[in-house]
Amino acid sequence: MDKLIADLKEQIIEQLNLQDVKPEDIGDDQSLFGDGLGLDSIDALELIVLLQQKYKVKLSNAEDGPKIFRSVRTIAEFIESNKIPNA
Amino acid sequence: MNDQYYISAHCSISNNIVSYNNEAVFEGTGHDIPGFLLSVYQHLGVKYPKFYKMDNLAKLGWLAAEVLLKDFDKTKYQPTDIGVVLSNAGSSLDADKRYYDSVQDIASPALFVYTLPNIVIGEICIRHHFKGENAFYIFERFNAEFISSYVSVLLETGQLQACICGWVEMTATGYKAVLFLVEKEGATPFTTENINKIYSTANG
Repeated sequence: MDKLIADLKEQIIEQLNLQDVKPEDIGDDQSLFGDGLGLDSIDALELIVLLQQKYKVKLSNAEDGPKIFRSVRTIAEFIESNKIPNA
Repeated sequence: MNDQYYISAHCSISNNIVSYNNEAVFEGTGHDIPGFLLSVYQHLGVKYPKFYKMDNLAKLGWLAAEVLLKDFDKTKYQPTDIGVVLSNAGSSLDADKRYYDSVQDIASPALFVYTLPNIVIGEICIRHHFKGENAFYIFERFNAEFISSYVSVLLETGQLQACICGWVEMTATGYKAVLFLVEKEGATPFTTENINKIYSTANG
């Protein structure tokens, strides 16, 4: 899980072009939206694309989005519980 | 043309040079377009993380507005009294092509939002908290007469007290931004002749 969280931080920075942010600036449980990392709705869509491209994981129910994208840890847990074996 | 309005400031970005009121304030060297735009952003010394996410057209317009408005006291006006009217020839074609290429894989939402030229106006308004009338027009070439008459009507009818207007063009190989700040006071009358003169003396 720790490796996945570390990878996700780097991928989020790259995918969302967060050039002033370093992986160590993002706490595992830090809120990604609002007062946390300050991501917006377009960033949420980019995160969905990231999960599809890198992890072949699809978000089937949009209502689950706020819960899944609450923090890097919750995204990692979602990937772990939904990834296809050997994908 | 009406001369009761004035160009209180103007700015141009083209050919690796940023000018404010006819004075070069920054000159880049040997960069491609994204590299040059980034060097202007860094030169300005502002912290605005969303800049990195913008497409090149929005970056160009945003930077030009940043320079244009550096001495502008917006507290003189209500947010709804300040508008933005921009124009170009290529619309958002640069972003459109990049988005078209991206849909070969999974379409990028971050690219998609820039496939309208008026998004550059949105980025300027968000940055400066402007809430007045805004519009983006597509012309084959720079149209000073239209800008002069359209903006004058907005001011005459009281819809605006100040307006940022001009030209913001971005292609895969070239760019040019010339912006004017128009108010009821200033040094240069807001006439077609003066608009054309400033536009034509902008580098590039």
